[in-house]
Amino acid sequence: MRDRGPGGGRLLRLNMGIVFAFLYTPLVVLVILSFNQSKYASLWGGFSTKWYGVLAHDSAVIRSIGTTFFIAAAATVLSIVIGLPLAFGLERWRRNAALDSASYFPLLIPDIVTAIGLLSFFAAIKFPLGVRSIVIAHSVWGIAFATAIIRTRLRGFDRSIEEASLDLGVKEIPTFFKVTLPVIWPGIIAAALVVFTLSVDEFVIAYFTAGQTVTFPIQIYGMIRFGITPEINAAATILLCVTMLSIATALILGGRRNRGVPEEAVA
Amino acid sequence: MPRRNGVRFSIALVVVGLVLAACSSDSSSGGEAGASPSRAPQETGPVTLKVLAFNDYMPNNVSSTFQDQTGNTIEITTTSSNEDAIAKIQAAGPGAYDIAWLTSPFVDGMIKAGGLEQLDHSALPNLSNLYPEASQLAYDLGNQYSVPYAWGTTGICWRSDLVKNTTIDSWDDLLKPSSELAGKVTLIDEDRWLMLPALKELGFSVNTTDPDQLQQAADLTIAAKKTLLGFDGDTFYSKLVSGEALAVEGWDGWCNYGTAEDPNVKYITPKEGADIWVDTMVIPKGSTHVQQAEDFINFILQPEHQKWVAEHILFKVPNQQSMEMLDPAFLDQFPNMKVTPQELLQQEPLKDLGDGQAAFSDAVTQVKSG
Amino acid sequence: MPKVDDRRTHASTAGSASAGPAVPNAKDLSRSRWTWLGLVPAFVWWTVFLLAPIALILASAFFKRGFYGGVVYQFTLSNFSRAATPLYMKVFWHSIKLAFVTTVVCLAVGYPAAYFIATRPSVKMRNVLLLLVILPFWTDFLIRTYAWIILLNREGVVNGVLERFGVIDQPLGLLYNNTAVVIGLVYAYLPLMILPLYASLERLNPELFEAGADLGSRPFRVWRTVILPLIVPGLVAGIVFVFVPSLGNFPVAELLGGGRSDMVGNLINRQFLTARDWPFGSTLTLALIAILMLLLLVQSFALRRSREIGIDA
Repeated sequence: MRDRGPGGGRLLRLNMGIVFAFLYTPLVVLVILSFNQSKYASLWGGFSTKWYGVLAHDSAVIRSIGTTFFIAAAATVLSIVIGLPLAFGLERWRRNAALDSASYFPLLIPDIVTAIGLLSFFAAIKFPLGVRSIVIAHSVWGIAFATAIIRTRLRGFDRSIEEASLDLGVKEIPTFFKVTLPVIWPGIIAAALVVFTLSVDEFVIAYFTAGQTVTFPIQIYGMIRFGITPEINAAATILLCVTMLSIATALILGGRRNRGVPEEAVA
Repeated sequence: MPRRNGVRFSIALVVVGLVLAACSSDSSSGGEAGASPSRAPQETGPVTLKVLAFNDYMPNNVSSTFQDQTGNTIEITTTSSNEDAIAKIQAAGPGAYDIAWLTSPFVDGMIKAGGLEQLDHSALPNLSNLYPEASQLAYDLGNQYSVPYAWGTTGICWRSDLVKNTTIDSWDDLLKPSSELAGKVTLIDEDRWLMLPALKELGFSVNTTDPDQLQQAADLTIAAKKTLLGFDGDTFYSKLVSGEALAVEGWDGWCNYGTAEDPNVKYITPKEGADIWVDTMVIPKGSTHVQQAEDFINFILQPEHQKWVAEHILFKVPNQQSMEMLDPAFLDQFPNMKVTPQELLQQEPLKDLGDGQAAFSDAVTQVKSG
Repeated sequence: MPKVDDRRTHASTAGSASAGPAVPNAKDLSRSRWTWLGLVPAFVWWTVFLLAPIALILASAFFKRGFYGGVVYQFTLSNFSRAATPLYMKVFWHSIKLAFVTTVVCLAVGYPAAYFIATRPSVKMRNVLLLLVILPFWTDFLIRTYAWIILLNREGVVNGVLERFGVIDQPLGLLYNNTAVVIGLVYAYLPLMILPLYASLERLNPELFEAGADLGSRPFRVWRTVILPLIVPGLVAGIVFVFVPSLGNFPVAELLGGGRSDMVGNLINRQFLTARDWPFGSTLTLALIAILMLLLLVQSFALRRSREIGIDA
């Protein structure tokens, strides 16, 4: 798909620019404030890097970031492993509106209800609260997100290549891995990215099912009473930088990766 | 075929759910009226106490010193509010926590619901460190189920340097602010304290469940929304420090955070009166370490620990020994620390509303749904 | 000159059947015997870790609140009659309005953005843009929201800039109102609209866009009959990902809205936490879920209808 033409193209670019400006202005504010001399966000007291120093010694915050990443990774893997077959199953039965809606069900329930429900449940079955309980809790909505996104790749996907493979005598499972998977792979990556990101950011459900474990959002919520000090902004800034670096690295390294069947052949 | 199976399946689930709900009634409720005298089987010897505490609410070295003194260790789960704490205690079931911090109105409710262990005062000799008034608190006379940890009132916190033309002395300064203050006042976002100014201004009890009185208070607060900056229960004092707000409803201890940043931040209890709140330590029912938990409470009652609370959290503490150890210069910096227990007890303590909670919630929903 | 047959061929290469009439026993993985197995792990997982826990909680909607919190197991429908009053319906309606506006804004701004990204010629460029869209999520939600407070408040950045450039004399009241809430919600969920839309759009055959135009149809008709049916999953996903959480959101109304106007999320939270009224909280939750499922089903039928008018995908 290419640009529709100069007029449409300009409007599209403008829209994209507005979107990015909207998304990033608060982040710019956030990063700038991490260098604020004064403790209060609303008063600029001059430039200072002292909060990064404070952060470096704040093992609680650092530990919470590590915990958060670990939980997000585990929840993502779990969500994809369960969500991928679900996506296939749903696409097969996609005329069934009830089933379709059912797959969105986890997203309909308010966080607080899921949170309290899971806490009661884990307590009733004496499941220990901690990293494991948060991972399970996150996977519950993670599966719904993963499935929805993977399904977008399954729709409009030309089945004839699968058909060709099966006709040639290749069994279902190898066909899946050699033919289908490479084509839907971007969908899986997208799903993984979304679930991971949302898990890093998730607060309410983690808060109730965490027991003594502290994730980054929980840590921050506890610090709110004393206001968002620049130390928190510093932590967020570092998180951003680390993310950007890893993405840049992944892009440079992953550029070589063959997406399997070239797009043109499929179309 | 899938659809039919689906319907049957869902019905089965609902039935299972209801059955489970009925069977697990004990774990999801705090029990009903009257504390049952029997205790869960107790563990002896050094144990690990599970503590549910507000963030940074205890001296940092408490774990190690307590372990040195008694051999027991503590595991802390943090919570940010009473509501969250109670939800966690209820949901996690008996025995999940050995010690919790709860504020007075919630303690009242828990006592009546039989959710707290009765305390053995012979195990708490340090109770004698407290002021006599500390055992005259209406929600738990004689401290049978709770031990006061910090206390104070709710009032108006304001910028004395920026407010030039108004004398701040009444809840009307927030509810019907002068033109100088209009649009720059806030009320606390938590239900009981949200309705407090209106209830007191109208001369009602803070514990009223009379629908007519609640309606009047709701109407007054709704009218006040026009000149209100917003409802804020967490960052009201930083709004003062930045000048975004000039006068806010706030707890005296929290107001001190503002004073610590800017000495122009002052506190006053309005003339119509306010409430007295008490943060207490309790032992949730079902704990298997009651004796060790009592040791912990006794340990906290040592003067140096509560002195730490006063100096670092800037709340008044009911520990007479601790308060008398405070530096006079510190008291000058934070004048509301000098309020005497007798003066505190003149204010009305918040109690649990029992069956009146629904009417109260409806009133709050009215205020918040405009 | 393209013929009608060619049009069908072009369109159907992106569909599930091969060129020509559908073969009765078309073999592909989606029709494989094993696909239904894929449903099993997910539904088992959800039954154990979602349905059972919330059934326990929501069942309390049919019982009474204990005198001091907790649940008393006397069957009653009083919670439902209490919820069905104008007082509470007003809060629901308010939330639906805000969530609706948020979704519309996200669609209006997100669809062109998704389209733009999907039409970048280089894969790398597309990936970079996508990652840039999702990057803001990597800062904590609370911090992002507080950043908006700093931007929007009376002494904030936006007002400061406007005043400096003489655009306004008095600071604008940008914060603690419904507009601020919508801004906050859009900010929170816009990437979740863009991503699924992108995933759907990117998969499409570029020639589809030209096919209809070649035939002389108006662009909108082309879009509706050709493109829309194929991007339905992405569209539905995007709408659900934005509308549903917006409805249940509570921090944004608290922080950016100044707590002035409760949304359903705040209301439900308050019942479970402050009022310790799990039965009533559950009732409101059931009402919320019912409304959402209704909207989902309506939408699912409506889109199916439009799909049937278009080409079967």
